[in-house]
Amino acid sequence: MEPFQNVKSIVTPLDKVNVDTDQIIPKQFLKLVQKSGFGKFLFFNWRYDENENMKSDFILNDPKYDGSQILVAGDNFGCGSSREHAVWALDDYGFSVIISSSFADIFFSNCFKNGILPISLESEIIQKLLQETNIIEVDLENQIIKTPSESISFTINSHKKKILLEGLDDIAQTFQYEDKISEFEEKSTVPSVL
Amino acid sequence: MGKTLFEKIWESHIVVEKQNEPALIYIDRHLVHEVTSPQAFDGLRMNNRQVRRPDLTIATMDHNVPTSDRSLPILDQTSAVQIKTLENNCKDFGIKLFDINSPNQGIVHVIGPQLGITLPGSTIVCGDSHTSTHGAFGALALGIGTSEVEHVLASQTLWLEKPKTFEVRVEGKRNNPHAVTAKDIILSIIKNIGTAGGTGTVIEYRGEGITDLSMDQRMTICNMSIEGGARAGLIAPDQKTFDYLRDREYTPKNYETLVDSWKENLKTDSDAIFDKQFILNINDIAPQVSWGTNPGMTCDVDEPIPSPDEFSNGDVNQKKGAEKALEYMDLKSGTMIEDITIDRVFIGSCTNARLEDLIESSKIVQGQKVASNVHAMVVPGSQMVKKQAEEMGLDKIFIDANFEWREAGCSMCLGMNPDILAPGERCASTSNRNFEGRQGNGGRTHLVSPVMAAAAAINGHFVDVRKLDLN
Repeated sequence: MEPFQNVKSIVTPLDKVNVDTDQIIPKQFLKLVQKSGFGKFLFFNWRYDENENMKSDFILNDPKYDGSQILVAGDNFGCGSSREHAVWALDDYGFSVIISSSFADIFFSNCFKNGILPISLESEIIQKLLQETNIIEVDLENQIIKTPSESISFTINSHKKKILLEGLDDIAQTFQYEDKISEFEEKSTVPSVL
Repeated sequence: MGKTLFEKIWESHIVVEKQNEPALIYIDRHLVHEVTSPQAFDGLRMNNRQVRRPDLTIATMDHNVPTSDRSLPILDQTSAVQIKTLENNCKDFGIKLFDINSPNQGIVHVIGPQLGITLPGSTIVCGDSHTSTHGAFGALALGIGTSEVEHVLASQTLWLEKPKTFEVRVEGKRNNPHAVTAKDIILSIIKNIGTAGGTGTVIEYRGEGITDLSMDQRMTICNMSIEGGARAGLIAPDQKTFDYLRDREYTPKNYETLVDSWKENLKTDSDAIFDKQFILNINDIAPQVSWGTNPGMTCDVDEPIPSPDEFSNGDVNQKKGAEKALEYMDLKSGTMIEDITIDRVFIGSCTNARLEDLIESSKIVQGQKVASNVHAMVVPGSQMVKKQAEEMGLDKIFIDANFEWREAGCSMCLGMNPDILAPGERCASTSNRNFEGRQGNGGRTHLVSPVMAAAAAINGHFVDVRKLDLN
């Protein structure tokens, strides 16, 4: 995983609550067996009509937001299915920061495995950011979002911050505890399946 | 201070613990399916890693398998590739696979318990959010993403932040337990706590309203914990749990010894304190029908659809959500639920496709015909459920009534296989999610219990099953 870099970008405002992972990446695209190339299917049913023409009223289709790396959305973002394809699609499309008033647990966890920073902020601040038209900067090291008018601080678990900043491979980290895992297995009373 | 059941299971699975950091938790059972695993196996290959404990891992194919004639080739090439990929991965890494022709094939959350693979007090993960189902057996069962699938394959562990505890106490007794079901209890809970009400928590369902339920019904409750946003749902194991798991194909040999230790350990202490609590009294609850595009948008069958104002209680964003949902569902506030006509009926999914669901819904269907405006199907949760139902003659009851009787799989719960709604079609579904397009682009889903779905199939519109003679 690449280390997370500070992001300077305009904000894509997705003013909806309960955006579920079925909307982020519809099921017909879950049949692929690789991790790449999901960006073109992001929010597919909201982006395209039945003839696969772009719907002009959907925010991502507004050229004004081309190249935006920051998505701001309403409460309970990423609810529903555990599909990591949702994060792969957001990442592949170009988003590296998702800001919402709250995230569903599995989606939140999936973000950190893919170098995406999910930031939870108060609803009032989300409402302000949804209106923000200028370029803003997300500084993970200092845990600050800088807009032209203010600096907004955010909290993040220090362990998760380290994973993003250093682009750590989770599994390699875990293998450092190999002896502890073996020790646990020796005393475990749960029988094997087979 | 005493401990909750969740805390006991958590503590007994800690491999590494550090202050203010996630704990490394050991995983006792890993269930794998075709959709969320290919990239995980690829990751192992790329890094030259093995599966640490193939003996704690099983796989099946459920999400995109056709539910029609299994002797025919799979026409959708991308589905066929994904299924073949799982076969190859299981072969390469030595994982037990219940393939498409296995008598044990089925929805992963239906076969785990049926085969005795799900055990009380264990930790279970699967790359699927409805893994919470297994919590009905007093297991800590978590849905995970593909990166975590890879992590568990490689290390048999997961880094997890300790969730908070949430007691959902279900009190009282239902007047008519054949008409008001476990599905109606869980939909009522979600309607009250909201779809994010359980975020960051593990719910323990407690009280007489829960202990009264059969294992099949308890699985329906725990299955939809994720729809309330919870990380997992739990029910303390009791005699029903122990009897259910005895003598299954993979029940451990030292089962009675395990039962003795479970009886002693797997309960919340009387002086334990939960972080959060919600109490539901079920004495008077009605069958539930969802009207919107998330499972919290649900009302009683004898109620009108609420207005966005009534639904949102002053929350502007929720109000906007409700307005959009009504527009998508092509419904108007004030319409009585029983006046909503339907096009399709789906009895299936890991929520409601176990044997008891089919028995209960068959009672409504027996001797009747599906309404002429309705296309109805039954998709048993596993091949074993299908076989048991056929031995009881349930298939004949459904087929005689013009239901389609299918092979096992996830089917129209998420429409990854050919079983999907056409745009604009309205479906009474026993599944778990009514998200936009979930059952097919433009499709409109109403979540209901199996008996409510069966009654809607016969009548062509929703009916209050409390009015029917179900005994």
